[in-house]
Amino acid sequence: MKVFCVGLSHHTANVETRERFVGHAQTERALREEAGCAEALLLATCNRVEVYAAAADAVPTDRITRCLRANEDSLGESENSFYRHEERNCVQHLFRVASGLDSMVIGETEILGQAKKAYAAARESGGAGPLLHRLFQRAFRVAKQVRTRTEITRGAVSVGSVAVDLAEKIFGHFETRKVLLLGAGVASERTARALAKRGVRDIRVSNRSSERAATLAALVGGRAVAIEDWQAHCREVDILISSTAATSPIVTREKLEPLLRDRRDRPLFIIDISVPRDVAPDVHEMEGVFLYDIDSLQSIAQQSIAQRRQQIVAGEEIIAGHVDEVTSWLANACAGAQNPALTLRPSQS
Amino acid sequence: MDRDLLIVSNVCFFLAMVRTALALRARNYRPAGFNFCAIALGFVLQTSFLSLRGRSLGRCPITNLFEVFIFLAWSVSLIYLLIGPAYRLSLMGAFTAPLVFGLQTFALLAPIDRAHSLRQSPTAWLEFHACVSLIACGAFALACVAGLMFLVQERQLKRRRINSMFYHFPPLTDLFAAITRLLWLGFILLTLGLAAGFFTGQPLPYVQVAFSLGVWIFYAAILLARHLGKTAPRRIAALCVVAFSAALSLLWGITFLSQTRSM
Repeated sequence: MKVFCVGLSHHTANVETRERFVGHAQTERALREEAGCAEALLLATCNRVEVYAAAADAVPTDRITRCLRANEDSLGESENSFYRHEERNCVQHLFRVASGLDSMVIGETEILGQAKKAYAAARESGGAGPLLHRLFQRAFRVAKQVRTRTEITRGAVSVGSVAVDLAEKIFGHFETRKVLLLGAGVASERTARALAKRGVRDIRVSNRSSERAATLAALVGGRAVAIEDWQAHCREVDILISSTAATSPIVTREKLEPLLRDRRDRPLFIIDISVPRDVAPDVHEMEGVFLYDIDSLQSIAQQSIAQRRQQIVAGEEIIAGHVDEVTSWLANACAGAQNPALTLRPSQS
Repeated sequence: MDRDLLIVSNVCFFLAMVRTALALRARNYRPAGFNFCAIALGFVLQTSFLSLRGRSLGRCPITNLFEVFIFLAWSVSLIYLLIGPAYRLSLMGAFTAPLVFGLQTFALLAPIDRAHSLRQSPTAWLEFHACVSLIACGAFALACVAGLMFLVQERQLKRRRINSMFYHFPPLTDLFAAITRLLWLGFILLTLGLAAGFFTGQPLPYVQVAFSLGVWIFYAAILLARHLGKTAPRRIAALCVVAFSAALSLLWGITFLSQTRSM
C-alpha cells in the first residue's frame, strides 16, 4: 500500500485549467471503484484540486485526472499541469498545504478549514480509511504547530485589513471609537464594514450626495452627516476614512490644527484611500496624527508578505520533523496492511 | 551566600533578556510564560537576598548604594509582576528584564557594597520613608519602560515601517493608560514617603529634601500636563524617560550624600 497525491494548483495551472478539474459528486467513489484506490480524499479549493489516495498497486496519474474532470472535455495539454507526489513527498506536500506554506497568500488559514471539511466529507463517504485518517490528523496538528510556533500568519496582507490592524494597534478596543467617512467610495465602505465588524458603533458618513451618504450609513450601521459639518465632526472622531473624488487635498494641516488643539491626548488615525489624495501629506507630521494613504497601506501589506516569506524556513523545519516520523510510521503500517497480523485501526493517531 | 543568591537572580533576568533578544532577532517573539517565570524566580531570589541582608543588619537593607540599587531592582520586579499581567503588558517583561539586569550588574560589579557605621538608629518612620520612596522609584522605572515602549511604537507608526515587534506591543492608548497609572502609583508612594520623612524625629538633611522635592515637583508637573490634555502623549512618554533618568541620578546623589554624612 502506498500513499500518493495527484493534483494541480495555482503554481501549475491557471484558473481556466483548474475549473475544468474540480471533480464532481461521484469523484471519490470513482477514484476507488474505477481508478483502483483503496482510500481517496478530494481537496478542491479555488486555488487547488488535489487527490490524496492510498492504493496497493500503482495508479497511473491519467486514471486519477480522468476522475477529476468536471465534464467530458478532453484532457489535452492540461495533463501537464498535474503534479504527483508519492510517500514521503506526499506527506511533506500535505503538511505544507495544510500549514499554508503552499498557498497563494502564504500563511493563510482558510486552507486548514477546507482540508478539515474535505477530510470530514471523505470520512463520511468512506473514502478516508486508516492511512488517510492518520495522515490528515497529523497534518492538522502540524498546521497548528506551524501557526503557533512561527509568525507565518502575522500581519495583514490586504489594504483593508492593514488599515484595521493599524487602527487596532493605536486604539486597542473599538467599542467607544468614532469613525468619520469622508466620501462614500467602495474602498472606504469596505474598511468601514471591517471596523464595524470589529466593534465600532459610531460611524458617521459625510458625502456630497446626501442620498449616497444615507445609503452607505444604513449599510454600515452609521448615520449620515452634512458634508459642510465634516470639520466639526473631526474634533470628535478617532478615525477618519477619506475617499472623495476631489482633485486637490481637502484635509490640510491648516484646517486640522485648530480642530485638534483641544484633544492632544487623543490620537487621530487618517486613512486616505483616494487617488488623487484627499489629505495633504504634511498632516502626518502633526503630533498624534497618523496618516496612511493607499501607497503606505500597500507597502505595509508587502512588508507583511515579506515577513511571512521569512517564516517559511521555520515552518519547513517543524514540518520536516513530522515528515520523518509519519513516513516511518507509514512504511510500517503499509507493511502491516500486507500482513493481516498487523491491522490498521482508524483510531490510531 | 547572600551575594550568590543575587548572582543567580541576575542569571534569571539575563536569561529572560537573552531569550527575548533571540526571539526578536528571529522575528518570532511571542509572549510565552518563560519571561514571566524567569522574572518571578529572579524576584524570589532578590527577596531572599534582601531578607538575609536585612536580618544581618537588623534593619531595612538600604544602608549603602549597593543595597539601594538592589532594593530598586526588587521594586521594579515587584511592580512588573503585579501590573504586567493585569494590563496584558507581556512585552513589558522584555524591557523590564534588561533594566533590572543592568541595575543589579552595576551593583554587583561596582565597589559600592561597603559597610557603614550608621549615625542614625532605625525608626519605623525612617524605614517606611526609605522603603516607600524606593518602591515609588520602581513604579517610575516601569513608567519609564512603558514610555520607551510608547516611543518605539509611535515611531514605527510615524515611519510607516512595521516590524514583527510591532504586533507584540500593546496599543498606544493602552500604553498611555499604563503610563498614567504607573505615574499615579509612583507619585502617591513618593508623596507618602516624603511625608514620612518629616516624622522621623531626626534633623532633616536639607540637600536631600531639596532633591526629593525636585523629583516630586517634576512628576507632579508631568501628571498635571497629562491631565490638562494639552501635552501630546509622546511628550509625556519622553518626560517619563527623562524624569526617571533624573530621579536615578538624584537617588545616587542622595545616597552618596547620606553615606558621606554618616561617615
